[in-house]
Amino acid sequence: MSMPRSIRPHSEAPEDAYERERLDSVRPADWHNPQPAPRYDLVIIGAGSAGQVAAYAAAALGARVALVEHNLFGGNCLNIGCVPSKSLIRTSRVYAEMRNAEQYGVQRPADIQVDFAAVMRRMRGIRARISRAASVHRLVAANVDVFFGDARFTDSDSLTVGDTPLQFKKALIATGARPDTPSIPGLAESGYFTNETIFNITEAPRRLLVIGGGPLGCEMAQAFCRFGVHTIIVQERPLFLPREERDAAQILADSFARDGMEIRLNCKAVAVRAENGEKLVDLISDDYRSTVAVDAILTGTGRVPNVDELNLDAAGVAYDNTVGVHIDDFLRTDNHRIYAAGDACLPDKFNHTADASARIAIRNALQSGHERLSELVIPWCTYTDPEIAHVGMYVRQALEHEIPVKTFTVPMHDVDRAITDDDEMGFVKIHVREGTDQILGATIVARHAGEMINEITLAMVAGVGLSTIARTIHSYGTQAEGIKLAADAYERTRTAAATGSRSES
Amino acid sequence: MENIDDTRVMDEQTLDQLQRAAFGYFAQTVNPVNGLVADTTRENCPCSIAVVGFALSAYPVAVERGWMTRADAVERSVTALRFFRDSDQSGSPDATGFKGFYYHFLSMDTGARVWRSELSMVDTALFIAGALTAASYFTAHTADEIELRELAELLYRRVDWRWAQDEQGVIRQGWKPECGFLHYVWQGYNEAIVLYVLALGSPTHALEGSGYEAWTVTYQWENLYDYDFLYAGPLFIHQFSHAWIDLRGIQDRFMREKQSDYFENSRRAVMVQREYARRNPNEFAGYDEYCWGLTACDGPNDGMPELGQRSAPRQHLFGYAARGVPYGPDDGTMSGWAALASLPFAPDIVLRTASTMLQRYPEMLSEQRYTSSFNPSLPGRGADAWVSTGHFGLDQGILIMMIENYRTGMIWRLMRECPYIGIGLRRAGFRGGWL
Repeated sequence: MSMPRSIRPHSEAPEDAYERERLDSVRPADWHNPQPAPRYDLVIIGAGSAGQVAAYAAAALGARVALVEHNLFGGNCLNIGCVPSKSLIRTSRVYAEMRNAEQYGVQRPADIQVDFAAVMRRMRGIRARISRAASVHRLVAANVDVFFGDARFTDSDSLTVGDTPLQFKKALIATGARPDTPSIPGLAESGYFTNETIFNITEAPRRLLVIGGGPLGCEMAQAFCRFGVHTIIVQERPLFLPREERDAAQILADSFARDGMEIRLNCKAVAVRAENGEKLVDLISDDYRSTVAVDAILTGTGRVPNVDELNLDAAGVAYDNTVGVHIDDFLRTDNHRIYAAGDACLPDKFNHTADASARIAIRNALQSGHERLSELVIPWCTYTDPEIAHVGMYVRQALEHEIPVKTFTVPMHDVDRAITDDDEMGFVKIHVREGTDQILGATIVARHAGEMINEITLAMVAGVGLSTIARTIHSYGTQAEGIKLAADAYERTRTAAATGSRSES
Repeated sequence: MENIDDTRVMDEQTLDQLQRAAFGYFAQTVNPVNGLVADTTRENCPCSIAVVGFALSAYPVAVERGWMTRADAVERSVTALRFFRDSDQSGSPDATGFKGFYYHFLSMDTGARVWRSELSMVDTALFIAGALTAASYFTAHTADEIELRELAELLYRRVDWRWAQDEQGVIRQGWKPECGFLHYVWQGYNEAIVLYVLALGSPTHALEGSGYEAWTVTYQWENLYDYDFLYAGPLFIHQFSHAWIDLRGIQDRFMREKQSDYFENSRRAVMVQREYARRNPNEFAGYDEYCWGLTACDGPNDGMPELGQRSAPRQHLFGYAARGVPYGPDDGTMSGWAALASLPFAPDIVLRTASTMLQRYPEMLSEQRYTSSFNPSLPGRGADAWVSTGHFGLDQGILIMMIENYRTGMIWRLMRECPYIGIGLRRAGFRGGWL
């Protein structure tokens, strides 16, 4: 056994039983790195979603695999991303429903007190439970050599973990990404949270400023607002989620307003200073300047790939600090021994994309595969209330490619289950190649849009069009019936065209 | 509402009264010294340059209908156009304009910028459209009418549309001396056809590149409630460009591909509004297929309690906002004028709707003129519905023009005779019909 590096679990969360369990899974305190093999078939750098998927897949093929992690197994998703945020979001919905109880014919509780410590404790419990599936011990049991430490390439086929050299036939860079902190004068001195630190707190701030109206900023802003925190969200662009359709972003803004959030669109934080125990943030919107006083700041302005400390030059791997590792459509780097997957190289930084790209990389690297990244159909979802989910092309993308596109739209107020659930805010929009039922993409805004988008994704992957969806029986009493209603609308236009009548009449 | 058919079709006399009452707004709010017209009738309200554009378009209607002498109309028009010709174009914070564009809101007395408003591209376009309408109507070989035409030509030629294009060629929405161009850009179908047509038709600073195509690529062609249409939520979007430009039977590339045109599209927008009101997902009071009209309008948020609404659950209330269907915002507020301003597109439906709305909620009129909006879900001051205070110039202007276009097609005819409109339309890719 080589000498272990100093084991330093990177967590500032309260040291309760849940945290002890999680850390035992993702970074055991008594860990000793193994004696390395003379040469590995595959060395994977990073034990987040992409790295772990790749390790299991490669080991299952009988490959000799080493997995190197410099911090915690499970990566962003488990420790500081999807898992903790979704736990908080669920509880925040409960509080929102308590406040809106009368809407459901229920008496509103007289005194709604948010037990924030309990909210975070529940989150830690869930995170610990899910960490079991991502544990170091399971990887070891799958015959993967696990190394903790900082990996640095030393040559085109070798790297070191601390002082330990590892030789490889193939390598996979799956180092993920980290928060991109905006360079606002005074921000660092005044103190701020990112998604790496916000889940460690046990007491809610009284007033919170969220900088950034992307998915992370929107999700956390709404959750904290529903925890009773006076929340201000600042977004530089005129709408939230600039990638999404305008109507989706507008509905989200309306939802935020109903929650009582203070919305500052087309607005930029330009300076921060700490005075008398509070943080004063200067904002500018076109020519209007204002200052807000808050107790905490959360930045959610995107993520940057973890590539700059890998000594990639030594391995002949091209990269930059914005895009990350440069790859081709087969996920190969310039050094064809070395592949990359997940957030370290992809613009779409989602857990499921990391998973899918890792599987492609392993098949291409170890099984002489020729699978292409560009052939993936990738859905995504922002877990606000309502959720905003998308797959495939946007209308604008289709028109830019001169693809005639038509959208079948069903407002959620036409879906019976949405009415019974008082979840009428939102829509199903399915974009088809005009004159056909071929689905080009879809956007769904609904309470459970993330669940609903999977049906469209499956249809696109399988080449199933709207006619088939229209023929598919959907359980009555589901919000996914909105998809069927959109398909039915398509069928009516087809029938109208065939009979010479108008669908509108 | 009970299931009793209380609907009736609006008669010609009522239509005439409403059109004339709308014109009364301009007589009431104009500053005869400089020709500027107030944005609303509210106290100390500044001038809106767009409302001046509507006024310049309304004067010819008033002359034809005998509500104003030709001499008065010419004098009022020339006064306004002279003011803009001589206005401060330095772009300083208290100037009137820059690069031929004008700040959105101006002092009624001095014409200087107020409210730190933006140099507005679309509102300038509406003003210029009014100037060109006047120039097309006042064609006599008299000194004052010749001057009017020369002033309109000068003001149009002075607008540097090209300066307002962004890297994609799309026209930016606004500019301020304090911060430069605003971040907002035109996304999706909106009232900007008239802006693009004027910018493309300019003999001096015509748009370069494919800005119009870059804008239309953001369109959304949707099947909603079984109607195929180019989506936009608020009704005014489906009306403003149509006030000046006869878009019947002419098609740009987008509409050719969809085998439709913008006029037919506005008809479908009426049908979608009706369907939305019939569904009434928020269960607001008053909504049904003969009571609708969601558009940009005043709203009841100022000082109105959330509770106390009659039929809807607790709902967020808005002030002046672009209300639209089906995604909102919708707080139960409707605009009677917006329904009636769709008259050319679906006359039978609109005449019945406008009449029925007035019969049910006569308080939406004050001084026989449409207020900006009303909200039957909220209690009013002694009346059945909350009603917006005073009158808004944009509402009156669009109403006069659309009623006139329905009755005689006069504004459309005038603008068809304006060569710049034809040039602009053709450069935007419009073909067919009267073109």
